[in-house]
Amino acid sequence: MTVRVQQADFDAGAEIAKLRAGDGRVGAVASFIGTVRDVNDDASVSRLTLEHYPGMTEKALEAIVAEAKQRFDVFEALVIHRVGELGPTDQIVLVAVTSAHRGEAFDACRFVMDYLKTRAPFWKKERTPEGERWVDARTADDAAAARW
Amino acid sequence: MRNHAPVTVRLVYLARLREAFASAGESLPVAAGREPTVASLLDELRSRGGAYAVELAPGRAIRVAVNHAMAGPSDAIRDGDEVAIFPPVTGG
Repeated sequence: MTVRVQQADFDAGAEIAKLRAGDGRVGAVASFIGTVRDVNDDASVSRLTLEHYPGMTEKALEAIVAEAKQRFDVFEALVIHRVGELGPTDQIVLVAVTSAHRGEAFDACRFVMDYLKTRAPFWKKERTPEGERWVDARTADDAAAARW
Repeated sequence: MRNHAPVTVRLVYLARLREAFASAGESLPVAAGREPTVASLLDELRSRGGAYAVELAPGRAIRVAVNHAMAGPSDAIRDGDEVAIFPPVTGG
């Protein structure tokens, strides 16, 4: 499966090994891992809750992966995104892409992340000393997605 | 104005909106006598006042998906559609 939304943690090394297993065409693997920071907008963050829209989130991620495969010369792409309660330093998301050469792998990996940030239905709520708050979308993320 | 068959939509509220409306969703019969769109549905919800008027006020950043696909104000709503309303996404 190229797209997974799950509560459980993931083993990036094992996932990447599976993604390129036995594929002699692969000369480049690019991957990205997003993790929970303990600070955001000048407040310390002790907990991060990730919500999604079951059904649509998976479809949106699959559409992003399909578009990446169309735009870039890549062989395989994988997205794993966690939901539920996470704490500082926990892994949130893994994107991994295999290609013949590094340029396409880097570009496709970045494209998937930039699109995911603005198009995949996930919402973050963080717990700070002042209480819980929903994280606001960033205009910088829109700009990053618009580059493509 | 043409008459339209009764339209009932399944509304889904997510993230901040679910909390503001104290509801994860509802089944809503849309007012008869007009062709329902995303915009007319939002108008109808706004007319309830309270949190609906505040959260869905023009200028507030909200997104709408119809049957799991992003939708715009002029998109039509059909009987049985699942219409989700949510804030801009913040995953990754």
